[in-house]
Amino acid sequence: MSGIAKRKLSNSVAMGISVLCAAIGLGLLFLILYDVVRHGLSSFGWTLFAKDPAPPGMAGGGLRSAILGQILLTAAALLAGVPTGVLAGTFLSEYGRSLKLSKIISAVSDMAVSIPSIVTGAFVYAILVKPFGGFNGWAGAAALAIIVLPVIVRTTESMTSMVPWSLREAAFALGAPYHRVIVGVVWRAAAGGIFTGVLLAAARAAGETAPLLFTSFNSGHFSLNMSRPVPSLTVTIYQYAASPYESWVALAWGAALAVTAAVLLLNVTGRVMIGLKQRR
Amino acid sequence: MDLLTVNNLNFYYGSNKSLDDVSLPIRRNSVTALIGPSGCGKTTLLRCFNRMHDLYPGNRYEGEILMDGRNILDRSEDLISLRSSLGMVFQKPTPFPMSVFDNIAYGLRLRRIRNSALIRDKVEKSLRQAALWEEVKDRLKESALGLSGGQQQRLVIARTLAVDPEAVLFDESTSALDPVSTQKIEDLMIELKKAVTIVAVTHNMQQAARVSDYTALMYIGKLVEYDRTEVIFTKPKHKMTEEYVLGKFG
Repeated sequence: MSGIAKRKLSNSVAMGISVLCAAIGLGLLFLILYDVVRHGLSSFGWTLFAKDPAPPGMAGGGLRSAILGQILLTAAALLAGVPTGVLAGTFLSEYGRSLKLSKIISAVSDMAVSIPSIVTGAFVYAILVKPFGGFNGWAGAAALAIIVLPVIVRTTESMTSMVPWSLREAAFALGAPYHRVIVGVVWRAAAGGIFTGVLLAAARAAGETAPLLFTSFNSGHFSLNMSRPVPSLTVTIYQYAASPYESWVALAWGAALAVTAAVLLLNVTGRVMIGLKQRR
Repeated sequence: MDLLTVNNLNFYYGSNKSLDDVSLPIRRNSVTALIGPSGCGKTTLLRCFNRMHDLYPGNRYEGEILMDGRNILDRSEDLISLRSSLGMVFQKPTPFPMSVFDNIAYGLRLRRIRNSALIRDKVEKSLRQAALWEEVKDRLKESALGLSGGQQQRLVIARTLAVDPEAVLFDESTSALDPVSTQKIEDLMIELKKAVTIVAVTHNMQQAARVSDYTALMYIGKLVEYDRTEVIFTKPKHKMTEEYVLGKFG
């Protein structure tokens, strides 16, 4: 075989394997989506959003409490995590950019992104559940905040350091103090990217189950009281899917569809925004 | 009358001496061109005037730059007011990611000017001064990033003028622009010197000859020669100056 034919062959083999692997990955993803949609659609309707779960064995019921609880937990987590994360990320790329400490914090944030979320849950259990005598929504929000924090820190850091220095210099040259340069120019230039990071972090938080099992747990009752257990879609899926009641299993599928759709929507919005930003 | 007087200025980046005993005056209401081959220290000198080097660690000034009788290199110098009175226009246009109007208003708002009628007047006046008003008056609310490179550079000039500086420092501000835009900015410099003092770093010999009243030639951190521009270009005292303006090196 000539050299060129050999190279063509090895190229085709490599290409074939890559395509096969990609097809397996994508195929599995679509299989999951298909299954979730197929099963979820049967319980997907207005009752899913408007009613609370029915007692076991009774047909009907919905996931109003779990959906609202999920939104509550995620919103509280973002409320705590976004300002902290944005300010921390800004510190890393601005005031602390030449400090050794900043590089360490950056590296630690990278590691923190991949801490198993069940560990975070156990940690929050030890400090916010055990001492207070019971599962509560604040602990759930805290666990999710810990999960989103490093994501937001790193996104903010990389988005603000992508803002060219010449832009900062131009603002300094107009006599702006550093904090005005950051707020008026750097954040404004990085706003799209930071917002995208927040969306992706929200998607991450909304899809977590393990940390909530240890913290906010679950409750069949509709409640906005964060000092009590707060229901969430993910924990509902975990509990209902394993229950012997057919109506609960159906609700679990509905919850799976709702949470998948929400996470997918957040992710796609985030990615589209990144795409738009890069095209400009 | 001199706006700035540079006396025996040394500047160090870390242990690297990048300006060596530089002395020259910057005369009011005139254009002073700083010329010289790459790495000669002309931009470094320009950035001493508004203490831009202070943004980065590991720099040291020695000597003095006098302005209204005080040494602006003093630790106690208020950099915010210094930079307001010595505006700077950079090599690449640096429009902020906001509307044309807000770009110009940025410096005014920094000074806590809240009167919107006053801001509007000032925005129009500055844009007219920068010969940009006619081109942007109908798109003041649009993003400044949509302007052409030449327009963006004039926008930056207008933004600098809006805060009534004593001088505008141009750091190779036409090197990224097309010839027509360059021409506009050169005309602008000549027009602007009635109101402000101009210091311009340039690689472009013709530009220095066309626009400036005074020219300083620098080489490896030292000032080789400073004189009226026509003297530098026609009968310089130093052989090196003659060779440089004739394009024999650099």
